[in-house]
Formats: sequence, C-alpha cells, structure tokens
Amino acid sequence: MTLLVTAFAAVISTVLWYKNAPKSDMMLGVLCLMYWGASLMWLVDAVFEYAELKAEYFTPAPAEMLNDLFLGLSVVALGLIVWLVILLIKDPRGVVKATLFKKK
Amino acid sequence: MACFLVSAAEAVIVTAVEKAVEKKEKAPTEMTIGFENGAPETAVKIPFSQKLKWLRNLLWGGTVLLAFEHIWHGEVVPWFPFLTAAADPADAVEMLHEMATVGVIMALLVTAVWLGMLGVAALIEKRAQREAQAGEATEAAL
Repeated sequence: MTLLVTAFAAVISTVLWYKNAPKSDMMLGVLCLMYWGASLMWLVDAVFEYAELKAEYFTPAPAEMLNDLFLGLSVVALGLIVWLVILLIKDPRGVVKATLFKKK
Repeated sequence: MACFLVSAAEAVIVTAVEKAVEKKEKAPTEMTIGFENGAPETAVKIPFSQKLKWLRNLLWGGTVLLAFEHIWHGEVVPWFPFLTAAADPADAVEMLHEMATVGVIMALLVTAVWLGMLGVAALIEKRAQREAQAGEATEAAL
C-alpha cells in the first residue's frame, strides 16, 4: 500500500512537472525525483516480500493495510514538506527575498 | 532494517562527485536543435552536473522517505546505537544481510533507472540535432 500511494504521488507530480515544463520555478522536478526514488526502493522491498510470502502478499490483513495506507499518506506529506522547505530556501521566484527586503 | 543506509552512502558519494564536477565544468555547450516546428534554433546542452543532480535527488529522496518508514516501524531510534537491530548480535547479522541484498539492489536499481534516463536524454538530443540538420538542409534547398 505504501508503494502504491508513493507511486501515485510520483505519477501525479510528474504530470504536474510536465504541464509546467520547461519552467522550473516551482522545482517540481525535485518532488518527482524524490517520489520516484522512494517508489523504486519500495518496489525492491515489495519484490523481496513477495518472494517470501508469495500470494499471501496480495491479501494483507485489514489492520495491516490501514497502517500501510496511513504510512503511505504520511510519506507523501513528508515528501511535500521536504520539497516546500527546499523551495523556500532556494526561492527560485525570489518571493521570500522580496518579502524580507522591500525596495526603497 | 537498515537497507536505506546503502542508498544514503551512495547519495553522499554522488553529492560530492556532483559538486566536484560542477566546479570543473566549463560554459555549457551550445548546439543547434529543432524545436516543435522543426526550425533550427540555438540551445544549451544540459551539463553533466545537472544530470548528476537527477541521481542525487532520486537517492536522497528515497533515502529520506525510507528512513521515515524505518522510524515508523521502530527500526530507527533517536538513541544509541540508533538502529534497534544493532543492539543484538543476531539481529545485527540479519541487518547486514538485508543491507547486502535489499539495500544494494535498491541502490543498483535507482542507478540503473538514472542510466536509462541518461540514455533517453542522449537519444532526444540526437533526434533534435538531426531534425535541425534536416531543417537547415530544407532551408538551403529553398
């Protein structure tokens, strides 16, 4: 479930990046790569888990699934927070700078 | 258990290499390419350090989010030895085995995907250059 939620986040952020490209003032590329990196890593984790559990992997207990969904959503939220912090620090549109320093 | 540490180590190395490459890099190469209407235009080729940033973001992103998952499952704790598996020798062996299998494959897969991205980027660059050459040839013929 965590892999699924992260993969959806990766796909949605990639579509948004493509829609806004070649402009990169929102740094959506960073968000895309972050989610894709995590998705690829969880894919490996899922393959190993499938090799161990076989078909049982696809029938998790409801409580386990709910916990994984909650984790997936938390991961997406953390990814968004990390991206937002990077965006505010790098400030490609100069918004933070313009807010902090007003022209005379 | 601690599979994300392999990707974290690769991310540190890639970040250092990227910074070194960025310092050594000269002005970006200009090339003539054909945009959507096929007309040749001068564009700047993406420098290699920019491509290394793709790998850096893939690795750091995956590492941070996976580290969060390990905190969620109680495998990473804020006190020494930080990894719960490291406290018990039997668990530590299992952890090292997981790092050597799952962790290494994770890092290899991310790197392989990045290499694929480089290949696709090179193909797109070549295609755009070919289109520009064709556009120039058509203009010269007219």
